Amino acid sequence: MNYTSENQKDRKEMINVIGVDDINELFDVIPKDLRAKELNITGGKTEQELLSYFSDIASKNKVLTSFRGAGVYDHFIPSLVGEVVGRSEFWTAYTPYQAEASQGTLQAIFEYQSLICALTGLDTSNASLYDGATAIAEAALLALRVSRKSKILISSALHPEYIQVVKTYLENSKAKLVFLDVSLDGMTEKKTLDANLDEDTAGVIIQSPNYFGVIEDMQTMSVVTKRASSLFVAVVNPLSLGVFKAPGEYNADIAVGEGQVLGSSMSMGGMTFGFMAVRKALEWKIPGRIVGQTTDKRGNRGFVLTLQSREQHIRREKATSNICTNASLNALAGCVFLSGWGDYGFKKLAEINISKARYAYDRIKSLKGFKSKFGGNEVFFNEFVIETEKDVNKINEVLLKNSILGPLDLSTHHCTLASLGLPEVLKNFKNCFLFCVTEQRTKSEIDKLVEILSKV
Amino acid sequence: MEKLLNELSTECCPAYSLDSDIEINPQVPESLKRNLSLDLPNISENDLLRHFTNLSRKNYALSTTFYPLGSCTMKYNPLVNERIAKFDNFAKLHPYQDSKTVQGVLEVMYNLEKDLCEISGMDCFSLQQAAGAHGEFSSLLIIAKYFKSIKQKRAKIIVPDSAHGTNPASAALAGFDIVPLKSESDGSILPEKLKEILTPEIAAIMLTVPNTLGTFEKNIPEISKIVHGNGSLLYYDGANLNAVMGVVKPGDMGFDIMHINLHKTFSTPHGGGGPGSGPIGVKAFLEPFLPLPRIESKGNEFILNYEKQESIGKLKAFFGNFPVILKAYVYIKSLGAKGLKNVSEQAVLNANYMLSRFKDKINVPAGGRCMHEFVLAPKKLFKNAVRTLDVAKRLLDYGYYAPTVYFPLIVEEAIMIEPTETESKKTLDAFVDTLIKIILEEASLEPQKLKDAPVNTFVGRLNEVEAARNPILKWK
Repeated sequence: MNYTSENQKDRKEMINVIGVDDINELFDVIPKDLRAKELNITGGKTEQELLSYFSDIASKNKVLTSFRGAGVYDHFIPSLVGEVVGRSEFWTAYTPYQAEASQGTLQAIFEYQSLICALTGLDTSNASLYDGATAIAEAALLALRVSRKSKILISSALHPEYIQVVKTYLENSKAKLVFLDVSLDGMTEKKTLDANLDEDTAGVIIQSPNYFGVIEDMQTMSVVTKRASSLFVAVVNPLSLGVFKAPGEYNADIAVGEGQVLGSSMSMGGMTFGFMAVRKALEWKIPGRIVGQTTDKRGNRGFVLTLQSREQHIRREKATSNICTNASLNALAGCVFLSGWGDYGFKKLAEINISKARYAYDRIKSLKGFKSKFGGNEVFFNEFVIETEKDVNKINEVLLKNSILGPLDLSTHHCTLASLGLPEVLKNFKNCFLFCVTEQRTKSEIDKLVEILSKV
Repeated sequence: MEKLLNELSTECCPAYSLDSDIEINPQVPESLKRNLSLDLPNISENDLLRHFTNLSRKNYALSTTFYPLGSCTMKYNPLVNERIAKFDNFAKLHPYQDSKTVQGVLEVMYNLEKDLCEISGMDCFSLQQAAGAHGEFSSLLIIAKYFKSIKQKRAKIIVPDSAHGTNPASAALAGFDIVPLKSESDGSILPEKLKEILTPEIAAIMLTVPNTLGTFEKNIPEISKIVHGNGSLLYYDGANLNAVMGVVKPGDMGFDIMHINLHKTFSTPHGGGGPGSGPIGVKAFLEPFLPLPRIESKGNEFILNYEKQESIGKLKAFFGNFPVILKAYVYIKSLGAKGLKNVSEQAVLNANYMLSRFKDKINVPAGGRCMHEFVLAPKKLFKNAVRTLDVAKRLLDYGYYAPTVYFPLIVEEAIMIEPTETESKKTLDAFVDTLIKIILEEASLEPQKLKDAPVNTFVGRLNEVEAARNPILKWK
């Protein structure tokens, strides 16, 4: 394929106008001894050849019936989402610097911001961040910046990769990260929050539902956090907010999370988007793009990028973040996703997740050789941890043979991630599985899973 | 005026609904239940489709018009890339699937890393970064970690005043202090000036080559020698790589570490502001510090390796923006070595052609030749309080997206134009004619037309000052 405008007649004319003999002359400024030899790169395929070549590569991947979550989920994506984000007027546009020629993107972001605020119960949302993990890292930086304190308390029940990304982001800052323990019920240990919270604590980061699927007591921890005048950062699954308390209801200062569940395909964990909403008082400190409403010369409503004096292209090294490109198209998917349910439908979607997960949980924990890891704590959204006496490897092998992506084997998984540093408590998950059941799983799929588990 | 979603909301049946084949019985304790009303809109699928279709039509996009945004490389986004990224066997994969079940994904990533090495002259690549600035940030963390590993205290980064704003912002985020370097009027760096500020505390210098004025850094061999002589590293901002593919490799110029914007050079769409992908490349001595996991080839299999003790860690959950990575790889396989070189040649030809048509009429601070982009400085031609902003808005009236304006910061009233290789001579001519007409004729004879612009867009000129003074950031 060749996507250039190349055409010999035009080339000749252009070369003449420029006043050179050939194109090579335009590169004369580059020292001869630095010039590259011909690249060793295969290619030159036609569209038809590309489709066949990549079909072959794609066939080396397996699409499975998923009972695995841990940050990325198989959720229903309405047809409208694909239709809207598939419009080339959206996906081939750039960051809307020229507002008058970008009202489509700008209004959609404004609507996205409004929907994220409605969902989280907070005042101000930005236009999106790269993903959930980086959104949490940005929230930690925001808390440090606003409070001028130096300690971040972070739950050990936060997704391990999120913890690792926060660690990376804070690596060269003066900030100190302290991990809060997880108790036997799968929740963040409140005693460790009390013990570590002090006047130097900038922020407390808690995820609910947490990495293990458990709903945390956000209300209590938020109250405790505020006693030290620290910021409470709620990491939430936006779908769960159809049923569970919104961050605004328990006075979170910042709500962040992963937006993949709102209309983005799994695609190996990216591309997705991260969202961030804050209390009004933090509006000028928030990282990333923000769209605001204004009027044109004729008094018509219109939308522009605003509060730009926070950003890198104006403030350079004093900006609130280095972010420029974000995840606009996936945020648009989120906007389209959130606009079509109504309150009743969105709540029902969350309830179906809980009910289906609950059905699977009840059946699995009653199988011989399986039990609930967190005992009596049975409040979860769509994930739960089961401990087994059986051979975990064998189970997932058999499931895979049946084209099922089985639950995440936490022990093996934590070993894999260990080189990057993990909270101590994650070592205690031998023979434990993290199951995920979304609205996508049918009763017969769940029953089949249970049947296979019972026979291994 | 298109209504907002909340204004479209009615009592009707919403667009989406679901049923469950398992009894809905969530049993959530009252104390954990949401009391706050959701206030989500209630809109039918028909009305929603109209709403978002109408919104899309209020965008100027690459698919509707020429988008000469300097430094952003708004080249054609091939449709076959999009089609392949939507294959179920790419889109419906979970990141924690056993690597044996995603060998196709790992093959794409592994081979893209190899191709990027060949194009850039680097030894290793990491694809985890979600954008250019994210690539800069991870590179700077690597630089910091490298100096820590050899027990040297170097806390400063040199950034030329012509650099993108993300450069100093990323360096600051990585914990460095910024030492600004004044560049020449063509954006180039004078080795003598560099020497003056090159102290033992300097960890690295960040350079964009060609620079943001579109000129190649002709002193690069000397700069490389001076920087390395000081024990510092040389960082390559790959925003302008589109000018030099197959012509010269950053690795051969002496750069130690760099990022590439797949959403610029490698044709993946900008999506209205992302998602992008900003892979980083390093010379072998920096490989131990790359983010994890690394993709390796072992026998007939690709594996994920998490065992690198010196790694800077993770920059993003999972493995990067895989669909963007895939699209970039499809693009490279469509072009091959010859096609890639042809891209840079045509991009440079197109830019020089436009520049040649402008240079006798409008001041060009960097001279009569450029690489893939150039900057106009029309200030002296402006009378009647006309500004570059007015010119940009007037261009919208003619159906063009505006070039990058007021950047680089070292050129007053700058207009920065990057045509890319995918635009035809006809398109370039029409744009040049229009811009010359606006700056040389309308600005003098009918300045009010510029001040009033745009008038042919869906909204007139928007009041940005008011938006910031009295922020309305969501619907009521």
